[in-house]
Amino acid sequence: MKWKNEILGKWTSFLCAGLVIVITLSIVSFIGIKGLSTFINTGISPVDVLFSTDWIPDRPDAEGGPALGILPFFVGSIVVSLLAVSLSAPLSIMAAFFINEIAPAWGKKMLQPAIELLAGIPSVVYGWLGLSILVPLIRNAFGGLGFSLLAGALVLAVMIMPTIVSVSVDTIRALPGSYKEAAFALGSTRWQAIRTVLLPAALPGILTGIVLGLSRAFGEALAVQMVIGNVREIPNSLFKPATTLTSGITMDMGYTVMGSLWNNALWTMALLLLLMSFVFIILIRLIGKKGLA
Amino acid sequence: MKVRTADNVATVFFWLAALTIIAILASLIGYVLYHGAKEIDLDFLTKPAQNLRAGGGVGPQLFNSFYILVLSMSVTVPIGLLAGIYLAEYAKRGFVTGMVRLCIEALTSLPSIVVGLFGLLVFVNFTGWGYSLMSGALALTVINLPLMVRISEEAVRSVPGELKEGSLALGATRWQTVIRVLIPVALPALITGVIITAGRVFGEAAALLYTAGISSPPLNFSNWDITSPASPLNPFRPAATLAVHIWKINSEALIPDVRRVADGSAAVLILVVITFNILARWVGRIIHGKMTASGR
Repeated sequence: MKWKNEILGKWTSFLCAGLVIVITLSIVSFIGIKGLSTFINTGISPVDVLFSTDWIPDRPDAEGGPALGILPFFVGSIVVSLLAVSLSAPLSIMAAFFINEIAPAWGKKMLQPAIELLAGIPSVVYGWLGLSILVPLIRNAFGGLGFSLLAGALVLAVMIMPTIVSVSVDTIRALPGSYKEAAFALGSTRWQAIRTVLLPAALPGILTGIVLGLSRAFGEALAVQMVIGNVREIPNSLFKPATTLTSGITMDMGYTVMGSLWNNALWTMALLLLLMSFVFIILIRLIGKKGLA
Repeated sequence: MKVRTADNVATVFFWLAALTIIAILASLIGYVLYHGAKEIDLDFLTKPAQNLRAGGGVGPQLFNSFYILVLSMSVTVPIGLLAGIYLAEYAKRGFVTGMVRLCIEALTSLPSIVVGLFGLLVFVNFTGWGYSLMSGALALTVINLPLMVRISEEAVRSVPGELKEGSLALGATRWQTVIRVLIPVALPALITGVIITAGRVFGEAAALLYTAGISSPPLNFSNWDITSPASPLNPFRPAATLAVHIWKINSEALIPDVRRVADGSAAVLILVVITFNILARWVGRIIHGKMTASGR
């Protein structure tokens, strides 16, 4: 009886762990097959989709047929998430050093829960806040509609801050105490110790945090979609509206017929999102390897 | 002297960075609660939403949010816990274990909208359930499973080795040790973890747009027949959650009081998330205190 339970327990728990693999593989294959259906038996070349800025999915055949260039979406995603990271990273890294090296006990007690809370705010609430605070602010200050690349980047910058801060805090905390002590013993000030010893030592971990933030920004859907304006062009200014892969999918998935060219192009965008998230994982693994060497 | 000045300047900047983050958080939360709190009353929390006229509430959406959470967690918790136990207790270094870890990492980094689209293909179309609470709950499970596995593994691993060895030395099998020793000792950490994961998906919307749907058919809260489409308990009815509702009224609704409903809903969401946060700390501590007869 006791050994029967043992075997039963071991195998059930094994199956549950195996389920994780099954789910992951089926996500990759389902999204993969749907995403590639744009190219299979349609005569559409991936180059015309990935590297074209012409997004006219409903153009009638008489005028040349639908054009499915998703470059504006892809570029929009990249630009808005890079902007968000470059706004967010400096502040987050400084906050991480503050928590570990500078803050008095009460400061730590304030900042850490604050960051956990920031992480807990749902993304639609960020979107709604962006819509009701940022968009009017940008409209009044810089003209235009207010719905803009800048609004999207700012909303994302706040959203990814907790990720970068918490990964950086953990990395800095895990550094051997002897590093800092040696620096102080050599007569460094706190700033010198941070700048010349702690920051270089923690850099791989901090970079991991930044890539995680980037990946979160890249995949965020609704908060961005609500403030970025959803104009399917590559923007030439921070104050112009733009679009992203996630916004494109959110906007049109419900209004297009499954299996139509337009709809398939959306699945190709989803596949691109999936592949990008794997690129970020590979990047993180590479950084990890470098950090060990 | 110059070095000292640089150090002082740096310290000032670090303080400024920290204060900026606190200020951002305080102004966000303050803004939501200030604008939202005055909209929240019993009517708002219980009345159904309006499609065209002003004065709608968010009763059904709020119910849907909690119901979908319960449905999803009742799948996530057992599977995640067992998988975590496997990784902590049984797994040997090898291809399969490495694969499980890689998949957990991959799932964690998937954008939630991609999970939603996977749900649309599998839980909505393939199963034939259509937009439904169940499809949404399973999509949420896919999002939450990796975190739940990690939390369980960590909780089981953090049990002191002597307890485990003591149990094994008394002749208990591994599984008996898991059930009678490891899980009870890890319980506070597990419960804290469950509440944290629950809080995380309570506000999820992107994965639900195309799985649970963005519409809420009229519900009859006195109908407890689980198979009836008007019953709130029916898991195979379409259901917009509170988070989805905020998005929906902003992007396509025709009601004139979008501002009021969105402010109120955002405040409700934030309050629930804060409650989950506090609960997670508090419940873990209380159970720990009860079990070890310490604390109090």
